[in-house]
Amino acid sequence: MARSLVGFTVLLGFTVLLLFLSICESASFFQPIFDSHRSAAVELFSPDHGSFKSLEETYEALRTFDVLGIEKKPDVTATACRLVSETVGSSSSTLKDLFYALKANSIVKCKINDKAYQGIITRLNAAVDGANSLPDFYYSVGGLVLVKGSKGDVQLADADGIFRSVKAFRQSDGRWRFSSNNPESSAFAAGIALETLAGVVSLASPELDQSLISTLNSDISKLFDSIEKYDDGALYFDDKLVDGHDHQGPLATTSSVVRGLTAFAAVTDERLNIPSNKILGLANFFLGIGVPGDAKDLFNQIDSLACLESNRQCFALAVLMVSIPLILSLPSTVLSVTKEDSLQVNVNTVLGSNAPPLTVKLVGVFTSGSKAASLVESQELVFDDGTGMYNFNNLPKSIDVGSYTFVFEIVLHEPEHEKIYVTGGQKKVPIFVSGLVKIENAEIAVLDSDLGSIETQKTNHLQKLRVSFKLTTPHGLAFKPHQALLKLRHESKVEHIFVVGNSGKQFEINFLGLVEKFFYLSGRYDIELAVGDAVMENSLLRAIGHIELDLPEPPEKATRPPPQPVDPYSRYGPKAEITHIFRAPEKRPPKELSLAFLGLTFLPLLGFLIGVSLACTASFILSFNQKELNCRYTKFLETLTRVESMSDLLVSPAFFITDISEGEVKHFNFQSVKGCNFSGIILLRLGVNLNNFPSNTVPATFATLFHVSIGAVLSLYVLFWLKLDLFQTLKLLGFLGVILVLVGHRVLSHLAATSAKLKSA
Amino acid sequence: MARTSSSKENAQALFHSLRSAYSATPVNLKIIDLYVGFAVFTALIQVVYMASVGSFPFNSFLSGVLSCVGTAVLAVCLRIQVNKENKEFKDLPPERAFADFVLCNLVLHLVIMNFLG
Repeated sequence: MARSLVGFTVLLGFTVLLLFLSICESASFFQPIFDSHRSAAVELFSPDHGSFKSLEETYEALRTFDVLGIEKKPDVTATACRLVSETVGSSSSTLKDLFYALKANSIVKCKINDKAYQGIITRLNAAVDGANSLPDFYYSVGGLVLVKGSKGDVQLADADGIFRSVKAFRQSDGRWRFSSNNPESSAFAAGIALETLAGVVSLASPELDQSLISTLNSDISKLFDSIEKYDDGALYFDDKLVDGHDHQGPLATTSSVVRGLTAFAAVTDERLNIPSNKILGLANFFLGIGVPGDAKDLFNQIDSLACLESNRQCFALAVLMVSIPLILSLPSTVLSVTKEDSLQVNVNTVLGSNAPPLTVKLVGVFTSGSKAASLVESQELVFDDGTGMYNFNNLPKSIDVGSYTFVFEIVLHEPEHEKIYVTGGQKKVPIFVSGLVKIENAEIAVLDSDLGSIETQKTNHLQKLRVSFKLTTPHGLAFKPHQALLKLRHESKVEHIFVVGNSGKQFEINFLGLVEKFFYLSGRYDIELAVGDAVMENSLLRAIGHIELDLPEPPEKATRPPPQPVDPYSRYGPKAEITHIFRAPEKRPPKELSLAFLGLTFLPLLGFLIGVSLACTASFILSFNQKELNCRYTKFLETLTRVESMSDLLVSPAFFITDISEGEVKHFNFQSVKGCNFSGIILLRLGVNLNNFPSNTVPATFATLFHVSIGAVLSLYVLFWLKLDLFQTLKLLGFLGVILVLVGHRVLSHLAATSAKLKSA
Repeated sequence: MARTSSSKENAQALFHSLRSAYSATPVNLKIIDLYVGFAVFTALIQVVYMASVGSFPFNSFLSGVLSCVGTAVLAVCLRIQVNKENKEFKDLPPERAFADFVLCNLVLHLVIMNFLG
C-alpha cells in the first residue's frame, strides 16, 4: 500500500511537471530583455587574457555592456583604452581598426590628444576622397562622425559629391551593392549605406539639399517591401545570396538595416514613412531570438534593440523619428482558480525599461477554439505602483477552468506619446486557468445482468463491471477531462486499457464480448483509474481495487497473449557474459600411422629409381659393349624385357650381365639412352648414362644451369609453402622463369641440333 | 585337368607375347612408363591413407593426389609426343616435348603449392 502510494505520488508529480512544461512551451509571445541577457553577455564577452581578439570585438563587448547597464571592469576599460590609443596613434592601422577604435573610444572616453585627432582627421579625409567601395566610405565617414562626436569641429568639404558617389551603389529594389564591380545587392549593404549617408548629412558644412535626402525615403519604403515574415508576426530582412562567401545571417542583416534606419531617421527632418507595426515586427524578431549563444549575435540583438528603444542611444543628435515599440508580457500564463491568482500584466520597452503612463485594457476573454462572444466586459487593469504591474484581480465567475485567449490593448495616456511609441494594437495571449476538480459519486460495481448489482468480487464472463464518478469544477460545473482511462491488469501483466467516455457518467465493461480479447485468462485483475487534464490540478492515477475474473476455458485456436515487454530498466543492467566457444579440433590419425604412410609414399619413388637405374645400366652396358659385342638385336630386346622384371634382376644381377655379354647388339640407338639424363644427377651413382650430356664446355654449362634453375624453382615452391606469400613468390618466379627459359632453350636446341646431325649422319 | 593346363598355357603364351612386344619399346619410353607408374602408385597410397584416417586436411589431400595425377597425365602426354611410332608428332622434336613437360609441371606445381595450405 505504501509502495503504491509512493508510486502514485511520483507519477502525479511527473504528470504535473509535464503539464507545466507543455504550458510553458505553448505561450508564444515575446519577453523583453531580462537578467538572463546580462549574465549571457558577461559569459560570452569574456576577454581572453585580459583583451579581446580584435578592436571590433572590443567595441561590441563595450557596447553590449553599456546598453545592458553592466558595470565595466576597470581592467577591460584600461585594456580597451590602451588598444585604442595604440591604433589611433599608429599610421599603419587599417581603416576598419581605426573606425572601431573610435567607436570603442566613444563609449570608454579615453584620453586622446589633439595632435592625434588632427592626424586622424587628415587620414580619414584622405580615405573619404580615395574611397571607391561602400565599406571604405562607411569606415571613413563613420570615423569622421565619431571624431566630430568627441571633438566637435569636423566638416566634409564635398559632402554633396560624396553623397552622390555613395548613392551610386543603390539598386532599384532598395538594396545596395558593396562596390561598383560587384553585381550582388543586399539588404546588409543597404543598412551600411544608410548609416554612411546619415554620417555624410551630419557632417555636411552647408546643409545638404533636402530633396537629395528625401529621395532616399522611397528607397527605404522599397527596402521594406522585401521584408520577410515569420508566423508569429516577427519581421526580418534576409539576403538570398547564392554564393556569397560573406553572406550575413538574417540577424546581422536585420540589425544592419535597423542601425542604418535609425541613424538616418536621426538626421532627417522628415518622418520616415514606415508603418509602426513593421517596427514592432522587427522588435519582435530580435526579442524572439531569446538569448543568443554567440557573442556577435548577442551584440547585434542588443545593439538593434537599443537603437529601436531610443535613437538617443544610437546617435547624439537624434530627433526621434522611428517609433519605440512597447512590449506587453505576462509573468505567468497559468492562473489557478482555486488559489485565486490574479492576472498580472507587464508593459516595458524592449530593453525592459519603464513605459510612459498608460492603461492596459482587457478587451475580452474567449474560450480557446470557439468563436463565442467574450466572457467578460471590457475593463481596465489596475496599476500597482509597488510591482509596476497591471493587475486583474478576482477573475469573474464566468471564467472556469480551461484554456482561454485574453485580449489586451494598451492605451497611452498622452496623445503626444502615440507618435513616439508603438503598441501594436490588440494583443492576444493564451492563458490556462487551472483548478482543483472535485470527484464525486464514485462507485464501482459488478452487475449480474441488466437487472441489478451484486456486491461480489467474483466475476464471470456473463457479468459486467460498472465504474461511475462525477467531476465538477470549482464553480460547480460538470468537467470533462482530456483523459479518463481504466486499466485492467492480469497477474501475468497482460494489460487492457479502456477509454472511459469523458461524459462523466457511468462506464460499463461487458465481459461477454471481451473474453477473446482477454485471451481467456482467468484470475485476479487489478483495476487502475487515470484521470488527467491540462487544467486539472489534481490529475490522478490510482489503483481502485481488483476483481477475480472467471472466464471459460480457451478453445483450440485461441490466440495466445502477446509476450510482455521486459522491464525497460533491465536493459541498462549487465548483459549475460559471452563465453567464446572454440570449434572442436578435427579428429587426427595417430602419428605412427601418418609416419608409416609417409614412408610408404617413398616406396614408389624408390621403385622408380631402381627401375631407372637398372634400365640405364642395361643400356649403358650395351652401349659400352657396342664395339666388342655383336649381340643380336632380338637378344638385346629380350634382355631389356628382363630388365623390366625387376625382381628377377635384383635377385641375380650377375645373370643379367652375363646374359648381356653373351648376346650381340646389332644396332644400337643412342636416343634410347637419353632418358637417363632426365632422371638427373642423383642417378649418377646408380650408374646413370650421361652419354647425351653435352660434352662441350659451353653447352655443358648451360645444361648444368638448366638443371640448377629447375631445382631453384622447385626450392622456391618449397619456400612458398613454408613462409613466402604469393606476391614474393611470383616476383622471384618471374626472375627464375626468365633464366630457365633462356637456358632451357639453349640446351634443348643444342640437343635437338645434335640429334638431327646424328640422324642425318 | 587338361582344360586347366591348356588355359594356363594360353595365359602363359599371352603374357609371353605381351612381354616380348613390350620389350621392343625404347628405353626412354620405358622410363617414362616407370615414372607414370611411380606417380599413380603415390596417388594410390594417398587415397588409401585418406580412406583409412579421414579427409581432414582435405585441401592437402586434394593437392597431393592432384599433383600425382597431373604429373602422370603430363608424363603420358610426353610419352605420346616422344614416341617415334606416333606419326602425328613426327615433326615435333623430343626436346620441345620435354620443354613443354617441364613448363607444365612447374605451372602445375605452383598451383599445387598454393592449394596445399
